[in-house]
Amino acid sequence: MTRDQEFYSALSALDQTAYVPGANPRLNEKDPAPLKNRMARENKIVESLEKAVELSGLQDGMTISFHHHFRDGDHIVNLVMDTLARMGFRDLRLAPSSLSDVHAPLIAHIKNGVISHIETSGCRGELAKAVSRGLMDEPMVFRSHGGRAAAIEEDEIHIDVAFLGASSCDPFGNANGYSREGEEKSMCGSLGYARVDAQYADCVIVLTDNIVGYPNVPFGISQRLVDYIVCVDDVGDASKIMTGATRFSTNPHDLMIAEATSNVIVHSGYFYDGFSIQTGSGGASLAVTRFLREAMLEKNIRASFALGGITGAMVKLLEEGLVSRLLDVQSFDLDAAQSLKNNRFHQQIDANYYANPYRRGAAVNQLDVVVLSALEVDTSFNVNVLTGSDGMIRGAVGGHPDTAAGASLRNRRLPAHARAYAERARSREHRGHPRRHGGCARDRSGYRGESAQARGRGATRKSAPEGHAHRGTRAQSRAHHRQTRPAAIWQQDRRHLHLS
Amino acid sequence: MTKLRRSMLFVPGNNPGMMSDAHIYGSDALMFDLEDSVTLREKDAARLLVYHALRTIHYGDCERVVRVNPLNTPYGKADIEAMVAAGAEVIRLPKTETAQDIFDTEAEIERAERKFGIPVGQTRMMAAIEGALGVVNAYAIATASPRLIAIALGAEDYCANLKTTRSLDGSELFYARGAIIVAARAAGIDAIDTVFSDVNNEDQLIRETQAIKQLGFDGKSVINPRQIKPVHRVFTPKQQEIVKANRILAASREAAERGSGVVALDGKMIDRPVVLRAERTLEMAYASRAVFEEDET
Repeated sequence: MTRDQEFYSALSALDQTAYVPGANPRLNEKDPAPLKNRMARENKIVESLEKAVELSGLQDGMTISFHHHFRDGDHIVNLVMDTLARMGFRDLRLAPSSLSDVHAPLIAHIKNGVISHIETSGCRGELAKAVSRGLMDEPMVFRSHGGRAAAIEEDEIHIDVAFLGASSCDPFGNANGYSREGEEKSMCGSLGYARVDAQYADCVIVLTDNIVGYPNVPFGISQRLVDYIVCVDDVGDASKIMTGATRFSTNPHDLMIAEATSNVIVHSGYFYDGFSIQTGSGGASLAVTRFLREAMLEKNIRASFALGGITGAMVKLLEEGLVSRLLDVQSFDLDAAQSLKNNRFHQQIDANYYANPYRRGAAVNQLDVVVLSALEVDTSFNVNVLTGSDGMIRGAVGGHPDTAAGASLRNRRLPAHARAYAERARSREHRGHPRRHGGCARDRSGYRGESAQARGRGATRKSAPEGHAHRGTRAQSRAHHRQTRPAAIWQQDRRHLHLS
Repeated sequence: MTKLRRSMLFVPGNNPGMMSDAHIYGSDALMFDLEDSVTLREKDAARLLVYHALRTIHYGDCERVVRVNPLNTPYGKADIEAMVAAGAEVIRLPKTETAQDIFDTEAEIERAERKFGIPVGQTRMMAAIEGALGVVNAYAIATASPRLIAIALGAEDYCANLKTTRSLDGSELFYARGAIIVAARAAGIDAIDTVFSDVNNEDQLIRETQAIKQLGFDGKSVINPRQIKPVHRVFTPKQQEIVKANRILAASREAAERGSGVVALDGKMIDRPVVLRAERTLEMAYASRAVFEEDET
């Protein structure tokens, strides 16, 4: 049996059996610590990051992870990497949930050999340019958010130490992106992506600038999962954590695309009372939400839930009663974070719940409509969200393939003249190949190379796992909305492919 | 079908980015500006740019208007020649004060048409009235040439000329607007209102547009694509207006069959002006595609 066959037969076995206690040895190992240790760790705060790193047992060549909930205001990645470089670590493998403009200092660590490998879902700015130009010896691996969660769960990414920034944390490790214990210095809302890291990493170090009294409830990351806590001056720059999404676009292009997108949704057949929706961040997405709001008011239609990255515009719909629930894996702006803190119908979820294709339920499979932005789309609806037309990495895969595979209707907003399109959108996601420009980024193929080629895709590789087995039965009332679901998605599910 | 001129989008003649996709926002007309939005040092470049844009880009259903520099500047002549050669549908003359301005411009246009082998009379004209003298001469201007399709008000220069400023309620423009609409109707051409410059104040834009529609204007100049939708919404007949117009026409047809000139509908007298208004409403509805012809019952 090859490794692949073993893997898929194990997966199919998992499909057919209920949960077996102890079947996942990693989960078992992790949880119950001896009483003595538990007593010793009742106060998990250690005096410095260096001390925490020593205690964690980090060694050269190990994998460390971060989350990107602080976005452009993030101080954690650079702080930790500088510290690790000072302590003399080398050949570390980085598995952050995403990287952004502020992470340009990583370039120096890559050049010095502190970092040898990066697995992420997105990369922007100077670092992205440098990687596109061939900075790294090992290709950078991109996975979708759901794909990353699955890879961590299945040990494809084995996180040795997770360094997770948190806006608040109590001395026993209940951490969150906000706090009901008073004012936090920097609030980021949901810790959705970090929760997967916390659950599966061998050692979890929470970095926070706000220690609150026990218990810090509600929590994003449970005390059960946290090993050490380090106090830092700032987890992030509050003014930059919540940037980007709050502004309502006045660009006529954005507005036109947004209005067209909203019209497509309204006339798609998926715009019914109780539909569900996900929009991304950015000015045009907010505009879509606004136009859609008008249509919802006009036609007296309410959405059952909104998923994914939550914006202030979505929060407004929740408060107006136009959306019943928010499932928040990432809060894009301060309004969203405030709502998560105060509104009980605004639920924090983790990346597994959101989009892991290999578990018993991914919320994306319940989605009716998703609005995604894209850098390039061809006439057969192949979509590129990662690289510009010059082949440079300039974006993030994010939840793009997950939601595209899961949702019934995909709208992709494009810059410039392209109109939103809908019904026949095939979910053949592919990524541009920076390699042709001398860079060495590559996609982590959900398929092994030969199977992708055998299916006639040539150099175009598939992105991280996209398909979702459609296992849970949906409510009968919605069944008819699924009938137009394109068959292409099913073919993309890698289990389906290999088992049939 | 009535030619719609509900909105005319200003496009600076020195901005290739805006020029390349000006038509996608759905305004009824595009006005490429070679005059005030182009600085002196860019006049030649803008002229070439607009020339090539008109020759190259397919602007769809949008009427292509070019605002040229006045003939008393060194650029006016060259502008007219280039724009006629490029096939602009309408030449808009700024700061028109007397009928003589129209005669002079028409002569230049005709010369250019002959030079480039374009049928004489094909290029139409629009006159912008931007001063007190122009308002006084409005009727003479409106009837100066058969090429004229519309006269327009330019409020900023007009207010400066009047030694006043623009206000939100537009009381300072009341006489000029009245004079221009009356002159235009007397001459049988369209009247286009001035721009509303506060792009972010959509409510006031709608109020102003409703006011000028009530005065009788055919359309309004807009300076930002975001203003197009609200203006169109004001000018496009509402569904109940369309229904009512259809009922009036049906009643009047029925009366005509019976040989009667006057008929009552819902207790109100339907006479000739009411029928004309109803026809106009339907024309606007068809032209703006608010209703399709086959929908009529």
